[in-house]
Amino acid sequence: MVESRRYRNILAYFTLTVGIVVVAFPVYLAILASTFDAATIINGNMPLLPGDQAGVNYPRALFSGGRMAREPVSMMMVNSFIMAVGIAVGKILISILSAFAVVYFSFPLRKTAFWVIFITLMLPIEVRIYPTYKIVADLGLLDTYTGLIMPLIASATGTLLFRQFFMTIPDELLEASKIDGAGPFRFFKDTLIPLSMTTIAALFVIQFIYGWNQYLWPLLITTKGSMQTIVIGIKKMITTQDALTEWQIAMTTAVLAMVPPVLVVVFMQRLFVKGLVETEK
Amino acid sequence: MAGVTLDTVRKIYAGNVEAVKGVSLGIEDGSFCVLVGPSGCGKSTLLRMIAGLETISDGTVNIGDRVVNEVEPADRDIAMVFQNYALYPHMSVYDNMAYGLRNRGTPKDEIEKRVKEAARILAIEPFLARKPRALSGGQRQRVAMGRAIVRKPQVFLFDEPLSNLDAKLRVQMRVEIKRLQRALGVTSIYVTHDQVEAMTLSDKLVVMSGGQIEQVGTPSEVYRRPETRFVATFIGSPPMNILPGKVEGPGRVSVGGQVLNVTDMRDGLPPGSAIEVGLRPEDVQAGGSSSSTLAMNVDFVEELGATQLFHGKVAGAEFIVQASTGQIAADTRKLTLSVDPGNVHLFDPETTKRLGRV
Amino acid sequence: MEKRALFSSKILPYALLLPQLVITIIFFYLPASQAIWQSFLLEDAFGLSSEFVGFENYRHLFGQPEYYKAMVTTVVFSTSVAILSLSCALLLATQADKQLRGGEGYKTLLIWPYAVAPAIAGVLWIFMFHPTLGTLARPIKAMGIDWNPMLNGKHAMTLLVLSATWKQISYNFLFFLAGLQAIPKSVIEAAAIDGASPLRRFWTIIFPLLSPTTFFLIVVNIVYVFFDTFGIIDAVTGGGPAGQTTTLVYKVYADGRLGGDLGGSAAQSVILMIIVIALTAVQFRYIERKVQY
Repeated sequence: MVESRRYRNILAYFTLTVGIVVVAFPVYLAILASTFDAATIINGNMPLLPGDQAGVNYPRALFSGGRMAREPVSMMMVNSFIMAVGIAVGKILISILSAFAVVYFSFPLRKTAFWVIFITLMLPIEVRIYPTYKIVADLGLLDTYTGLIMPLIASATGTLLFRQFFMTIPDELLEASKIDGAGPFRFFKDTLIPLSMTTIAALFVIQFIYGWNQYLWPLLITTKGSMQTIVIGIKKMITTQDALTEWQIAMTTAVLAMVPPVLVVVFMQRLFVKGLVETEK
Repeated sequence: MAGVTLDTVRKIYAGNVEAVKGVSLGIEDGSFCVLVGPSGCGKSTLLRMIAGLETISDGTVNIGDRVVNEVEPADRDIAMVFQNYALYPHMSVYDNMAYGLRNRGTPKDEIEKRVKEAARILAIEPFLARKPRALSGGQRQRVAMGRAIVRKPQVFLFDEPLSNLDAKLRVQMRVEIKRLQRALGVTSIYVTHDQVEAMTLSDKLVVMSGGQIEQVGTPSEVYRRPETRFVATFIGSPPMNILPGKVEGPGRVSVGGQVLNVTDMRDGLPPGSAIEVGLRPEDVQAGGSSSSTLAMNVDFVEELGATQLFHGKVAGAEFIVQASTGQIAADTRKLTLSVDPGNVHLFDPETTKRLGRV
Repeated sequence: MEKRALFSSKILPYALLLPQLVITIIFFYLPASQAIWQSFLLEDAFGLSSEFVGFENYRHLFGQPEYYKAMVTTVVFSTSVAILSLSCALLLATQADKQLRGGEGYKTLLIWPYAVAPAIAGVLWIFMFHPTLGTLARPIKAMGIDWNPMLNGKHAMTLLVLSATWKQISYNFLFFLAGLQAIPKSVIEAAAIDGASPLRRFWTIIFPLLSPTTFFLIVVNIVYVFFDTFGIIDAVTGGGPAGQTTTLVYKVYADGRLGGDLGGSAAQSVILMIIVIALTAVQFRYIERKVQY
C-alpha cells in the first residue's frame, strides 16, 4: 500500500535494528569478557571494545580448564557432543522404526502401541526426575553416556513427526513398490528413507540443540568431572564465592558452549525452522 | 502372455459395503479391455483386485491358467500405471524403470538393454538421468509407461492414467497407448470414466455401474445396441434422448400421440403398456418424408463448429438434436424430425433393460 | 486416518516397535508410575524403610506456606515471561513481515538465541547485571537504585524474567512471522480499500486472524516457563534469595535433592504431571482442530 510507505519502512527498520541489538548484546558482552583478563572484569569497568587476552583465555579454557571446574573445556565439549549426537541419532532411529510400524503395518495392537508412545509427549523428564534417576542408578548407568542419553530419547516427538510425514506419502508409491517386488525392508530402505531425508535432517538439528543444551539431567547423573558437559561445567565455574569466579574463563566457556548450536541454527536455518514448526516443540 | 479370467468376483468392505457384486469376465490374451463407468462403480476396485492390491472377498481371479487370489502383486507378473504415476520422486528416470528389475535380480546388462529399449520406444532417452520432478506431465506419464514396459509382464493394468493430463495431451497419449499395445501385444486392462477413451482404446468394452457389469462387447456393439438404459445414456455424447412412450402394436410405438416404426422390438408386448424410447441426437434428421416423425420445439442452439446442438422439447421431455452446421437454420423454432426405424432403442421402464429382439 | 495399502506381517511390526517401547517403558512409564507410588509413601530419614501413608504427603504439601509461595512465584514468572516475550516477538514479527527485502536476514539475526542453553542464557544475564561488575548494573546503580539480585527477591525475579524472555522471543518470533505470512495479502488489501488505517488493520484484521498462533504460543510459553527455565533459575538464583524465586519445578528438584524428602517431592511431581496433562490436553485440542486429517 502506498500510504506513507517510506516513514513506515524507516520505523520498521529502526524497530528491527533495536531488536537485533538488544538480542545480541548479552552475547556481545560475553565475547568481550573472553578477551580481557580477570582484573579488568572484576573492577567493574569493562571497556565496550574487545581486549587482547583472547589468545590467553581460549587456549586456557579449552585445554586446562578453570580453577573451579578443573576439567578442560575441550573434554566437556566432547561429552556434550556425544550426548547431543547420541540423543539425536537415538531418537531418529527408534522413532522412524516405530512410525514405520504404526503407519505401514496392520496388526492387532497398533492403536495401543501408538497411544503408549503418544502419552510420553505430555511429561517432560523434569517431572519424573528422581524415579528416573533411581532406575538409571539401579541399572549402573550413572556417569555413563548411555545413562545420559537413554532417558532423554524416551519421547514421542520423533515418532509423531515421522508418522505425520509418512501420511503425506501417496499410497500409490507403496503399491508401485509392491508391484515392483519390494517387501517391507526394501520399501523402507529404497523409498521411505530417501524420501524422509529432509525430515530426518530437520529432526537431527532440533534434537542436537535439545541434547547439547540439556541441564537438569546431566547435572543429576554425572558426578565425575570427566563426564561433565559444557553447560554443567560453566555453571560450576560461577556458583562459588564471587571472589573465586574467574569470569574471563567462565565467559570464554559460555562463548564456546554457544558456538556449536548457534552455528547449527544459522547455517541450517531452513531445516531448523522446518523441524521446529513441525514438531511444534 | 496370458488372458485374464474373473469368476463371480466380489469385494465386501468392512461394514458390509459391497463394492463389487459378483463380476465374471473373460479377457482374451493380447486384447485391450477397458472398464468404464461413473466414479464409485467398482471399476478401480476390480482392477486393484486383479493387481493384488486389494484382497478378493469371494470368487477367483485367473491370470493365464493360474489362480492368483493369494499371490503377492509382485509375483502376479503384472505391471501397473497409476493415475498419479506413483514415480519414485528420489530416483532418476532410469532407476524408476530399473527398480522392479533389480528387485527381481535381473542381470545388469539385461536391465540396461530393456530400459534403453523402452526409453527409445517412448522417446524419453534424453531424460533418463533426470528426476521425475524435472519432467512435464506428459513425460512423467511416459516414464510410468516405461516402468511397466521394461518388466515385460503378462498383463498391463492402467488406472485412469490420462486423467491428470490436459485435454490436448490426453488425446495424443491415448493414441500412443493404443499404438504401443498393438505393437507389444500384451493383454491390457484399462480403467477410465471417460467414454471417449473407452470407445477409442478398447477391443473389449466393459460398462460398469453400481458394482456390476452392465454390458460387455466391442465398442460398436455397445454403441449400436446398448443393453440397458444406463449404457445407452452413458456411452455417446451428447447422451441418448429418452422419451416416455406407449406400445401401439408389433413394431410400432407412440410418443405423445406421434407414432414411430421400430425395427428392433421384442414380440408380444401388450399394446398400451408404457415403454421408454431412446433416440441418439445424431440419429434423427430434420425434415424428410419418413413415415415416422416427431415434432420438436427448439429452445436454444449450441454451436460446436462442425456441428450444432438444438436443445428443446419433444412431447414435453428434454430433447437434443445434433446436426451438421448449416443443415438447419439457426433461428428455427419448430422442427419436424424424421426417425429411421432402425435407430430406435426401446427400454423397459421397470427393469431399464433393452426390449429388443431376443 | 489410515493408509489404503499396508504390509501384513505377524512379527515384523512388533520388532520395529520394540526399541522405542522398551526405552519408553524403562525410562518413562516405570519412573512415572514410581513417582505416583512414592507420593503415597513416607521414607525415614535414612531412606531405609518406608510406609504407606495415603494422601499424607499431599496433605502435608498443601499445609506448607512455601508450596503456595512457589505457586504464586510460578504464576508471576510464567505470566510475565509469556506477556513480555509474546508482545516483543509480535512487534518484531510485524515489522519483519513488512520488510520484504532482507526478511530472511532479519530472521537469522533474531532466531539464533533459541540455540542458547537456558543455563547459559542465565549466566549471560547474571554477568550483565552482576551487582559489582555487571556492565548494565552500573547505570542502574547510578540512578540510585540499590540493585542486587543476589539479595533482593524482586531484583532476582526481574533478572529471571528478562533472561527467560530473551531466550523465548526467538521462538515466538518465528511462529508469529510464519502466521503473519500465512495471512492472504488480498484480505489486507481489501481492508485498505475499505479505508482502514494501518493500525486499525492490525487490530481488526491481522490480530484476529493471528489468534490461533497466539493461543498456541501462550500454551507453549507456559509449558516453557514451567520446565525449560529450570536451567536459568539454577544458574541465576538457585531459587533464592530465601526461596523467593523457587518455582514448582525447582521445588521438586530442591526438596528431593537438598531436602531428601522424596515422598513430598514425588507428590509435587504428580501434581505437576496433572497440570502438564491439562495444558497438553488444551494444546492438543487446538492442534487437532488445526491438523485435521
